[in-house]
Amino acid sequence: MNRVLENGRRGALASLPMIIGGAPFGLLFGSLASANDLSIGFAIAMSSIVFAGSAQFVAIGLIAADAPLWIIVTTTFVVNLRHILYAADFVRFVKHLPLPLRTIMAFGLTDETYAAVRPMYDRGVVSLSNGHQVYLGSFLAFYTMWNITTIIGALAGEYIPGISEWGLEFAMVATFIGIVTPYLKSTPYWGAFAVALMASVVFRDLPNNTGLIAATVLAVITGIILERHTRTEHAYA
Amino acid sequence: MPNTYFTLIIIGMFVVTFGIRFVLFASAHKAVMPKWLESGLKYVPVSVLTAIIAPMSVTDDSGLNLAISNPWFVGALTAFLVGLIFKHQLLTICVGVATFFITKLLTGN
Repeated sequence: MNRVLENGRRGALASLPMIIGGAPFGLLFGSLASANDLSIGFAIAMSSIVFAGSAQFVAIGLIAADAPLWIIVTTTFVVNLRHILYAADFVRFVKHLPLPLRTIMAFGLTDETYAAVRPMYDRGVVSLSNGHQVYLGSFLAFYTMWNITTIIGALAGEYIPGISEWGLEFAMVATFIGIVTPYLKSTPYWGAFAVALMASVVFRDLPNNTGLIAATVLAVITGIILERHTRTEHAYA
Repeated sequence: MPNTYFTLIIIGMFVVTFGIRFVLFASAHKAVMPKWLESGLKYVPVSVLTAIIAPMSVTDDSGLNLAISNPWFVGALTAFLVGLIFKHQLLTICVGVATFFITKLLTGN
């Protein structure tokens, strides 16, 4: 049992910078919901049941614009589509786990938990036998923060002035850079990085995260092609 | 606005969000992926994390902004170099965040 708690603590700790970076967004979400005359119960239901950061903001905007239900649901689908890439990449680490556990893990599959835990498998600091415990620690820590900040934001009632301009989100940028840089050791990874960088900037104004998905897919394909190319060269060398 | 509208929003958003996250995990025990795809997916972390933060790091409302007065760019570039050289995550985060806030303070941006 102590082992389990210790692994959960590692997951929570690895997510700490992103929890700090995400907290303003939770506050902002709660306060935006209340600024738009949505009940605190609705804000809490969003954060605790849907649990999908950017899609929640998009939904508030759509509700304010009196959008019909089907628009809200399809937009949510498109905004969250990137998670299927995370799931596809993560399948190999969960396939030995029982279905109820996979169900909980799927519910907690966010950008932050994927970013915090996935690279730990590559670095060899978690294994198939304890990775899910680290994952659950990250998920629970993030879930707790997201719901508490939503409630505080909603209770604070009005828009918290300038919180989005404090720059706390930079913690997430720095964390992601800290995760990405150790991967940059070979041509395919550099290629994927360069394409992701350029394509995401070029596509940044495409709606509902579709630019993000397009850039990611292009970058992954670049990695695959460069890997093949490198292998062929070695074969002839 | 009737209450059912809001209840249906929660249900609908939950179904698509959870559905996307769960569909591959649900059949994970018997899923067989083509070899090239399985090997290609290892590029997902680098690709998606870079694509999430790159626009914030190098652009602002007016477009590309690679000036030393842009705290986002300076902080990200510093973190990137520290990360490449030292390959130490916590150090990268601390130096990056410190550089970001110092630049923000100095430039007032």
